[in-house]
Amino acid sequence: MLTAPVIVAASFAYLGLLFAIAYYGDKRADAGRSIIANPYIYALSLAVYCTAWTFYGSVGRAATTGIGFLPIYLGPTLMAALWWYVMLKIIRISKRNRITSIADFIASRYGKSQIVGGLVTVIVVIGIIPYIALQLKAISNTFLIILEYPQVAMPHKQSAPLFLGDNTFYIAMLLAAFTILFGTRHLDATERHEGMVAAIAFESLVKLLAFIAVGLFVTFWLYDGFGDIFSRAAQAPDLAPLLTLGGAAGSYTTWASLTFLSMAAIMFLPRQWQVTVVENVDERHLAKAIWLFPLYLLAINIFVLPIALGGLMHFPKGTVDADTFVLTLPIAVSSPWLALFAFIGGLSAATGMVIVETIALSTMVCNDLVMPVLLRMKGLRLTARRDLSGLLLGIRRGAIVLILVLGYLYFNLAGEAYALVSIGLISFSAVAQFAPAIIGGIFWRGGTRTGALCGLGAGFLVWLYTLLLPSFAKSGWLPMSFLTQGLFGIELLKPQELFGLSGLDDITHCLFWSMLANIGCYVAISLAKRPSAAEHGQATVFVDALRQSGATAGPRLWRGSASVDELVALLGRFLGPERARDAFESYARMRGARSIESLTADASLVHHVESLLAGAIGSASARVMVSSVVAEEPLGLDEVMNIIDEASQVLAYSRQLEQKSRELEAASAELRAANERLKELDRLKDDFISTVTHELRTPLTSIRAFSEILRDNPRLDEAQRTQFLGTVIKESERLTRLINQVLDLSKIESGNAEWHSSELDMREVVDDSVAAVSQMFRENGVELEVRMPQKLPSIVADRDRLMQVMLNLLSNAAKFCRRPGGRVSIALSRQDGFLRVDVTDNGSGISESDQEVIFEKFRQVGDTLTNRPQGTGLGLPICRQIINHFGGRLWVQSRPGAGATFSFTLPLDPAPAQSLAA
Amino acid sequence: MIRPSIKGQRLAALFLLGLLLLNYPLLNLFAGAARVAGIPLLYAYVFAVWALLIGLMVWVVEKGDD
Repeated sequence: MLTAPVIVAASFAYLGLLFAIAYYGDKRADAGRSIIANPYIYALSLAVYCTAWTFYGSVGRAATTGIGFLPIYLGPTLMAALWWYVMLKIIRISKRNRITSIADFIASRYGKSQIVGGLVTVIVVIGIIPYIALQLKAISNTFLIILEYPQVAMPHKQSAPLFLGDNTFYIAMLLAAFTILFGTRHLDATERHEGMVAAIAFESLVKLLAFIAVGLFVTFWLYDGFGDIFSRAAQAPDLAPLLTLGGAAGSYTTWASLTFLSMAAIMFLPRQWQVTVVENVDERHLAKAIWLFPLYLLAINIFVLPIALGGLMHFPKGTVDADTFVLTLPIAVSSPWLALFAFIGGLSAATGMVIVETIALSTMVCNDLVMPVLLRMKGLRLTARRDLSGLLLGIRRGAIVLILVLGYLYFNLAGEAYALVSIGLISFSAVAQFAPAIIGGIFWRGGTRTGALCGLGAGFLVWLYTLLLPSFAKSGWLPMSFLTQGLFGIELLKPQELFGLSGLDDITHCLFWSMLANIGCYVAISLAKRPSAAEHGQATVFVDALRQSGATAGPRLWRGSASVDELVALLGRFLGPERARDAFESYARMRGARSIESLTADASLVHHVESLLAGAIGSASARVMVSSVVAEEPLGLDEVMNIIDEASQVLAYSRQLEQKSRELEAASAELRAANERLKELDRLKDDFISTVTHELRTPLTSIRAFSEILRDNPRLDEAQRTQFLGTVIKESERLTRLINQVLDLSKIESGNAEWHSSELDMREVVDDSVAAVSQMFRENGVELEVRMPQKLPSIVADRDRLMQVMLNLLSNAAKFCRRPGGRVSIALSRQDGFLRVDVTDNGSGISESDQEVIFEKFRQVGDTLTNRPQGTGLGLPICRQIINHFGGRLWVQSRPGAGATFSFTLPLDPAPAQSLAA
Repeated sequence: MIRPSIKGQRLAALFLLGLLLLNYPLLNLFAGAARVAGIPLLYAYVFAVWALLIGLMVWVVEKGDD
């Protein structure tokens, strides 16, 4: 029933199904309707972490160390909690800089260095080869075992020749072909493979279900649940130690170092990087994966120990390899379909790992190892070729085949000496070497290129010496004396007891020495030398990734000139002309440009091209290619600093500019106001001139008219002649007065008036002015009343000018008071430091609206046609000017019909008190 | 877009809690041969802590941001 054709057909059917899923996923992705854009698929794809190691190896590990297999899954669970800080940052950096592999990431962080990228690739390829060998071993062994159904027989070491005579070689080549179909059908600038992710997620589901099926079968079919298995195991003397920790189950040091290793592995294994970072559709998916992925790990591990104990108790000791219990237990109890399901589950776990891992590795080998070398070889003239996308795909396909061949060779040379988990741990220890450079790189600005290079190099060499070479020695490929006596027979150089350090298991031993060398070199050398400008720039981009907004980081640190055509041609060489054109068109649309031709080759376009190229050939190579078409001016550290300074200066300038424009606004507002005032003054001046000329013309006209009458009528009688002459004289006087006052006013206003200030007693001034007007008051029948205190302090003023003011106010009062019964009063008083004079009449008063008008020039109140008041209209303005000149104030208080009070104040002279004191 | 927030700090605290509970010396307290309902104490303890951690992660991640 389970014959070879059935098994092979089932395997191929399963692989065909995977391919169909991948094909469908790619189609949907091309149509823009991704099937992997949800957190559940994302979390399932992360479970590519669980390989044949988990599916078969964990049980084998549990059979010798009890729960010692668990740290490999507890580490990722703990690490997932830190993803919020670490992985989120890595994803964001990678997306922003189009980083497509771990080598690219490290190279990009340390100044886009090709050497760093190359070294990382070498480490990762060598480091991962044992891991791929592990998968091949699992597939090949389980295939041979299930072929023997219903017998349980362990496969023997193949005596067949290498390659063509060996089943495992065909399996490896089949996987290579399958991977090439999956991963390198076309070139994508983002290196994303949606179809592959869909297939991987499906595989994760299959292997989980298969494992749980076997687990349930063993636990509840072969035995009566967990309690039954454990209590039976506890009674077996050689199984009881597996249920505790310490002793045979492995020490706490091993426990801790495995936890650490798996924490590094879940981040830095190339396939984990591929599915977690590169294939991430939306960073929000990461949040759910933080708990979904550990949940998956928990689920796939619950039955590991029961299966291990069940197998140990079921088979006679030493007959069946514990690594195969998952398959051999169903076979042993003749359960063909479960055995087939288990086989398919194991196939799932192994193929998923191989596919993703080799795709990730081939990208690295191509972008960070082969292309940089080829591009440097001037003889190949690669930079002049029009389309390199075919070459890129070729390199990747070659790399996939090469990696699987290497995996096959390792399996053949060293694979038999180790259990599955031990092989895997060798790889884990290799990728752990990236932890300092990456974690340091995204959180510590100070890490430099040389530091990273030395740290990685040193760690890798220690790993090579203490873990990889011993694995060759144990399989007989190197002399065993290398292990037992040390290199060249030097005891201190024994690879697994380096410098005499013993008592640790080989993994912990390697981890300690390699991390010591790695972290030590990285930190010490980074601190010893200042970073270059490029390193400094990249360090900032990486460390501040969560703080930067948008894709603005990067292009600023660039200066140079380029042409758009050259950039299009460059991109076309690697992506193919059509994809390049599409990329430029979408960029042009994004920037709001009408066509590619209207784009300018500015820093951001060059950066965009570089990041697109980085997707295809890695950041370091992209850097080289872009600088081949772009005339770049290298940036020194000073210049980077200058750019940063400039940026802050621009900020400061704009702030100053705002300040200045505010000041300008204020100034222009003032200017506007001043202009308004000037215009008003100009208008007033025009008014004044026209009023003055008008006022001058009136008396002139009447003088002229009467003079003509007198000339033309010589026989006019005496009385009439006298009357006319009187009018002429009166009008002349008025004219003179008017001209005097105009002159007076203009003198005062222009500041040219003469002032003869002296100390004077205001009472005298009032007395004199009353004496001067008494005749006129009597003639007009107006009563004048004066109220003055006995003593008043003296003031300093011009006596004649004050007389002028008093006379003006008194004559106005006489003019406007009631007829008959007019009464005018003068009052003197003191008012806090001022002398106050009030002149009150009992006339008709002045309406409120006119109270200020009367102080303007030529403005007289009243109906100018019928009741034109006498006077020039300049008296009050002159008075006000005079009083203002002495530091006082002149104003009027009045109510219509209740008379008016003109008041002025003058400051009292403080000097007399002082002179008296003196 | 995920923002580093109080969630990140809570998750980091869970990391430390897990590191503490799943390592020496606390782990040693449960390493004996005792059994709970037939299941070895160590096995039960590790899986219980593991499940607890996942439960707390669900709580932290899925809870609305406050």
